[in-house]
Amino acid sequence: MSAVTSSPPATAARLFVAGPHAELAAHIAAYGAAPPPESGSSLVGKLEESGLIGRGGAGFPAWRKLAATNDLRRRPGGAVVIANGAEGEPLSRKDATLLQHSPHLVFDGLLAVAGAVGASEVFLYATEVSMKRINAAIRDRPDMDRVKVVVAPHTFISGEASAVVNAIENNLAIPTDRTRRLSDHGLRGKPTLVFNVETLAHLALVDRYGPNWFRTVGTNSDAGTRLVTVSGSGLQPVVLEVPGAISLRSALSSAGVNVGTIQAVLVGGYHGAWVASEHLDTPLSPADLLPFGGHPGAGILAVLDNGQCGLVFAAEIATYLGAQSAKQCGPCTFGLPAMASILSRLARRERDPALVTELGRLGRLTSGRGSCHHPDGTTRFVLSTISVFADEVQLHLGGRCSAPDHRISEARQ
Amino acid sequence: MSTDSARSRPILHIDWTRCDGRGVCVELLPELLNRDDWGYPVATILPTGNRSNVPISPALEDAAVEAVALCPRLALSLLNREASP
Repeated sequence: MSAVTSSPPATAARLFVAGPHAELAAHIAAYGAAPPPESGSSLVGKLEESGLIGRGGAGFPAWRKLAATNDLRRRPGGAVVIANGAEGEPLSRKDATLLQHSPHLVFDGLLAVAGAVGASEVFLYATEVSMKRINAAIRDRPDMDRVKVVVAPHTFISGEASAVVNAIENNLAIPTDRTRRLSDHGLRGKPTLVFNVETLAHLALVDRYGPNWFRTVGTNSDAGTRLVTVSGSGLQPVVLEVPGAISLRSALSSAGVNVGTIQAVLVGGYHGAWVASEHLDTPLSPADLLPFGGHPGAGILAVLDNGQCGLVFAAEIATYLGAQSAKQCGPCTFGLPAMASILSRLARRERDPALVTELGRLGRLTSGRGSCHHPDGTTRFVLSTISVFADEVQLHLGGRCSAPDHRISEARQ
Repeated sequence: MSTDSARSRPILHIDWTRCDGRGVCVELLPELLNRDDWGYPVATILPTGNRSNVPISPALEDAAVEAVALCPRLALSLLNREASP
């Protein structure tokens, strides 16, 4: 092993310690060399103690995913490990930012997992925007020779786990029907593990410095740090690394948002839920967001300022989500555009109270009836919108709107 | 109903990527399935959650087997375990 060692980062900033656009030398100077490969059960144990949960959106404990594949790794053909940097959420920039500045940390995590499960095939799946950087960084890493790099298309669902496997196997980045888990029957039938790139970067640090170090930031149930992308309020999307369970208020303030003038924040992206401004002290953690029907997801925080209409904003998102259906599953193909259409009618101040009940009915009808969670996530977002903006809904049903530009357009009529 | 018998119940899995809403399953299993606004099957016993995997009671097992065999889109299968991918 290299004698290069380094003290673990003592701050809440862990993933970018090697500096902007870090090359391999800066990476090793900051973090030390990667530890030697270890057994699957040893890495599973470390991850379980660390409490690391996946950073791709679903929030599944990392150790359980690794354990499921590790248990089946001796099958003929071996296991497959995939780093997922598809980042289909339009308001997310964190995975591209991580791959731009800390690609070697992601590589270390990927290779640690591949080594632990004795993977027969290893992939890195990411969007075109990261390709130049990934390919340049890989040239410095002979240990990455075994990793195949696959380009992810820019669609909302290209990063869904079964779509990732389908993209690599069949060049079709759409979800597939599953009666068996990917850990049991994934790429070409092999046990397959798909980890988000940020999850792998944290994993590389847990592997180096141990679970206790990982837990020195964050809370017991939301350990470590997470990357968030803050947007809205006139800001270009900005990526921050924040401690687990940071309050929404602190996260937004750190990104430069004037929290005094915001109406609500969309947490977890387009499949997420709204949190109104009076609840900004809510921690950004799975447990604390549960009462709002939300989840940190992939760390997206989208701000809606006072003076903006939540229904107009949400109707645009719902229309986008309807169009992003892969159109494989009937309830999603028809249910999502139907919901988007009704929400758009509400946004246009059509005075029909039945629109609200119809939205609820369509949501309950569509949810849970697809081969992926696109219909469920879209329903969650739409129902959160009419709940959190209930006052705005009432204004619209009376032909009015709280947003100044809507009042102006009324005055002109 | 004991937990054990619930666990051993077969599950009717709907592959939504194949289903085209022809409605044969709804005719064969009216106790279990309705058609939605667009003709696709809805499991009436499952109001929320994952509704692609529908537990089948012993009384409906024969009809479920028939629905699997007659689905023109081959969109149905019977799983003999809890499938929650």
